[in-house]
Amino acid sequence: VPPIPRPSPDTAPYWNAARAGELHLQRCRPCDRLVWYPRVRCHRCGSDDLRWEALSGDGSVHAFTIVHRAADPDLADALPYVVALIELAEGARLMSNIVDIHPDAIRIGMPVRVRVRELEGDILLPVFGPAE
Amino acid sequence: MMARDRRIAIVGVGESRQGSVPDRSVLGLQSDAVAAALDDAGLARSDIDGLFCTGLPKYSALLAAEYHGIHPRYLDSTEAGGASFALFVEHAAAAIRAGLCETALVVYGSVQRSERRRRLGGDVPDTLPQAQLEVPYGPLLPISAYALAANRHMHEHGTTAEQLAQIAVSTREWAARNPQAQKRTPITVEEVLASPMISSPIHREEICLVTDGAGAIIVTSLERARDRRHAPVVALGHGVAMSHYTISQMPDLTRTAAAESGARAFGMAGLTPADVDVAQVYDSFTYTVLVNLEDLGFCAKGEGGAFVEDGRLGPGGALPTNTSGGGLAYTHPGMLGIFQVIEAVRQLRGGLGDRQVPDARIALVHGTGGVLSVHATLLLGPG
Repeated sequence: VPPIPRPSPDTAPYWNAARAGELHLQRCRPCDRLVWYPRVRCHRCGSDDLRWEALSGDGSVHAFTIVHRAADPDLADALPYVVALIELAEGARLMSNIVDIHPDAIRIGMPVRVRVRELEGDILLPVFGPAE
Repeated sequence: MMARDRRIAIVGVGESRQGSVPDRSVLGLQSDAVAAALDDAGLARSDIDGLFCTGLPKYSALLAAEYHGIHPRYLDSTEAGGASFALFVEHAAAAIRAGLCETALVVYGSVQRSERRRRLGGDVPDTLPQAQLEVPYGPLLPISAYALAANRHMHEHGTTAEQLAQIAVSTREWAARNPQAQKRTPITVEEVLASPMISSPIHREEICLVTDGAGAIIVTSLERARDRRHAPVVALGHGVAMSHYTISQMPDLTRTAAAESGARAFGMAGLTPADVDVAQVYDSFTYTVLVNLEDLGFCAKGEGGAFVEDGRLGPGGALPTNTSGGGLAYTHPGMLGIFQVIEAVRQLRGGLGDRQVPDARIALVHGTGGVLSVHATLLLGPG
């Protein structure tokens, strides 16, 4: 089990959505662009007119690395595991894991889709696997 | 009447022992470096009225001032990782030009090897956004962040594992000529690629050392520098820039803010990359060198692999780079930055024996901090 994320006031809606198996990000109304990671104000225009939006969960692999040493002793059983930057279809880039595929088969640009991994403490962690 | 000379010079450099130094605390190691730098400059600690320090657990400049018995009227504990030291030279230059201090000490040290403090997952306080949005995915920090950027660079530009490995090979050739270097045995591209993969595409031999060590430099006005022990080394140009803090926020994984810091430094100095005789380019990882060389303008974007693959960075090459053996093979006590400045000053003074770059007049120092986050470029030359 990897380290458990501890939600903050900024990120609570993100983790609440993840608990329901969904990916919600903020969108700035004046900019009409996603704000990632969660903030109180848009980092582009400074507006606090942000709303949470359910995303499709579709994206593609922007970059990835196959990790051969555990970042945390609790991750040792998972080695090797894949850490990636995922480009979401709606236009934001976030870090995640790629699962349910042999690491050697992963390619940049490959379509992926969100799924969730259960952690302790009633938290679900959004991860990505091959799109069907 | 002649205008006042506003140029700034480095007049003293000093280091502690490097490597494994279990008989010294971090402040004790700093003390050795400070004493060496003061001696090198022919100055007393009472001459120091500006203090620049980072990397202590809290209030770096205050603690260093107290421990070393310095009473600064200008102090600066900016945290910019490996970029902090070229940045400190810029900040010291600004403070001296503004009359806020006259003679500045920059000091850094770490005992992270003896304390076995380094953790592969990094040390991310749980109040940072990274703690909940990156750490649960298990990246090695900073290694995996650089790995992601290198992976993207290889995809976009066809950069090969062999080209990246050649940087470790060239750096090791320099280290073989530095008796103080930690890793002095020559290495081949094949051996680099046969070393364990840590976070693809980064192999163990492409990752900087973990050492104990301290370094110090003394910066003052060129006017004050004139009558010192060594010929002054002048800060001809400097620039600082940043693009992000966390790797997921990096606007373009294959382009760094070195393009901005470098352009500013070269513009200020009235120089171009072709004028550089010797370069110290941050080598936390082999990839750091490659992308920085591109962004500093030594070659075009995407051509870094071809630029380094013929041994251009090694002894006898067209761009002697990381001539001490750098972070990969000389020392890397958490940050290399101050040792980059020290090596550049020593190359310009001359007399380094086997590793001396002949007729070195212009030196470039480029520091990178965080996860390719912050960049500081410094051009040094004769007064």
